[in-house]
Amino acid sequence: MEPTDLTPPPAGSFWNDTGRSGITSWIFSTDHKRIGLLYFYSVFGFFLVGVLLGLLIRIELMAPGRTIMGPQAYNALFTVHGVVMVFLFIIPGFQGSFGNLVMPIQIGARDVAFPRLNLFSWWLYMAGAVIILTSLFTGGGPPDTGWTFYVPFSERTGTNVSLAVFGVFIVGFSSIITGVNFVTTIHRLRAEGMTWGRLPLFVWSLYATAWVQILATPILGITLVLIMAERILGTGLFDPSRGGDPLMYQHLFWIYSHPAVYIMILPAMGVISDIIPVFARKPIFGYRMIVFSSLAIAAAGSLVWGHHMFTSGMSDIAILVFSFLTFIVAIPSAIKVFNWVSTLYRGSISLEAPMLFALSFILLFSIGGLTGLILGAAATDIHVHDTHFVVGHFHYVIFGGSGFAFFGAMHYWLPKFYGRRYAEKPAVIAWALMFVGFNILYFSMMVLGLKGMPRRYYDYLPEFAPLNLTSTIGSWILAAGLVLLLVNLFRGLRHGERVGSNPWGGATLEWSIPTPPPTENFAEEPVVTHGPYDFRGAGIP
Amino acid sequence: MSSERADNHIIGYGTLTAVWVALLVLTALTVWVSRHTPGIGHVWGSLAIAAAKGGLVIAFFMHMRYEGRLLRWLLFLALVTLVIFIGLTFFDVLYR
Ligand code: HEM
Ligand SMILES: [Cu+2]
Repeated sequence: MEPTDLTPPPAGSFWNDTGRSGITSWIFSTDHKRIGLLYFYSVFGFFLVGVLLGLLIRIELMAPGRTIMGPQAYNALFTVHGVVMVFLFIIPGFQGSFGNLVMPIQIGARDVAFPRLNLFSWWLYMAGAVIILTSLFTGGGPPDTGWTFYVPFSERTGTNVSLAVFGVFIVGFSSIITGVNFVTTIHRLRAEGMTWGRLPLFVWSLYATAWVQILATPILGITLVLIMAERILGTGLFDPSRGGDPLMYQHLFWIYSHPAVYIMILPAMGVISDIIPVFARKPIFGYRMIVFSSLAIAAAGSLVWGHHMFTSGMSDIAILVFSFLTFIVAIPSAIKVFNWVSTLYRGSISLEAPMLFALSFILLFSIGGLTGLILGAAATDIHVHDTHFVVGHFHYVIFGGSGFAFFGAMHYWLPKFYGRRYAEKPAVIAWALMFVGFNILYFSMMVLGLKGMPRRYYDYLPEFAPLNLTSTIGSWILAAGLVLLLVNLFRGLRHGERVGSNPWGGATLEWSIPTPPPTENFAEEPVVTHGPYDFRGAGIP
Repeated sequence: MSSERADNHIIGYGTLTAVWVALLVLTALTVWVSRHTPGIGHVWGSLAIAAAKGGLVIAFFMHMRYEGRLLRWLLFLALVTLVIFIGLTFFDVLYR
């Protein structure tokens, strides 16, 4: 698709039109677009940190025995990798960056319902992040418990768990606040004619996610406070010798952390549901079913946390119940996959970068989801629990799924906000490298897990060596693709070709306003007369 | 939507004090129940009193009594979620 017009960005764009100057025009801005970019660069910065740590893990595992670090450093490394990726990148990622950037525009609003609270949420996020980073260099050094902070180890280890946990606690508040803000915004600030049935599917997914954030995150907060109470006050809540129950910790942790995986994946599904119709030039298939499945995933997905505890000594009845419920969640997830594929069917598909990321999302997420059923069935889980199979599985879901959707969103939406675009060919090459590297990296891990290689071990038996080397080489291919993606995308956003208001031919509202968007988005409040995927109604050929 | 009206509802000092006194009385009652009820009964007694106290706080201090239907439903949803979370853990605790 060619850019439609080549005029320079209008003077009133959100880039120029602010009262403040310099850095304060960003860190004190209440404009949802500026906060969105703040969030974007923060979460993406932490993503790159996490990638670096991941590559180091892989280098250590390249060959048996000590390669570049000892066991204690390794424990710290995978813990910090997990904490950074989960709490600082992917949970706040979509809501904070693309949610803030496009959601208000997509519903025809000038901003979110509580702009200052929005800024506060970013500040809380940064404060939590700084505290987590501080925990790495103070006290007993970086935590070594794994991102799950399981008791009893997290109570006894001499590393700086208390401070790290406190940082995550603060980040949790930022997540709750964003959730409240988004629910209110979507209920109250929709433009005239923007009925619930005309909400873009990305907005619907943010709405479902926001509810999960509001309802589940407080439980994470309580759980983390209890760890601090255990460590600092020695309350004995999880200590059986004093009448406590260690499994209660796992319940509390997963009551939040399983729904948290839906905080990571639902908005990604929303992005995919917005990208696919545009690049298949067809209205989405089964709008209502996709909405329904988002809500169903959010609701049913909150009831399955026990599938992380099949080998923990939980009661057999509970294993039965949680295993059954886990299979139920597969249904709405599969509904989405069928709907995307049906949308593609007989579409006139154009394979540009955002679409390539969207298509690979479908494949990688399906692999992640189906391997999830192997873990959700109690009988098979006994064999693969805590092996590299699990590591492969969840990277397919959160990296191959959410991560690839995030890259797709970057290519799809960032040009809108910068007014310039990246070059297409390098973007496709970067995508191809990442896709190939990703599969080499994580498929090897799944096979290793099936052969019995445990996770969170810095060493392994000699028979696992060839596949580990393969996996590490895959991580380098992936990293090469990522570097190309970054250079191409960010150079393009600064110096690339200018884009018009609607470079892709989308029918949602963000494409109807100038590029880059003006400070208050709409000159006058829009009246919506067509659905989000009604290309004819939007007058797009 | 109906919840807009309620924003500036002001509760008098009289009502607030009455609720506060009721909360104190219920707290005293909790102590009494824990000493004078045999067996597991005091757990259920304490839970019932705690629920009543929570209800008072939500209705008056959190203004829910004067709010519109939407907001009440949203709160109800949160409470139901909590009950489900706790309820499901009992599949483990009761049958272990
Ligand atoms: C270049 C990219 C990445 C590489 C090479 C990588 C590699 C790894 C490896 C090898 C492990 C297992 C360590 C072990 O169990 O011994 C691991 C764990 C983990 N990774 Fe990644 N990863 C990458 C990206 C990501 C992303 C994008 C996410 C999430 C958004 C993520 C989240 C996690 C989590 C949550 C764990 C579990 C940590 C724990 O056991 O406590 N990773 N990663
Ligand atoms: Cu789970």
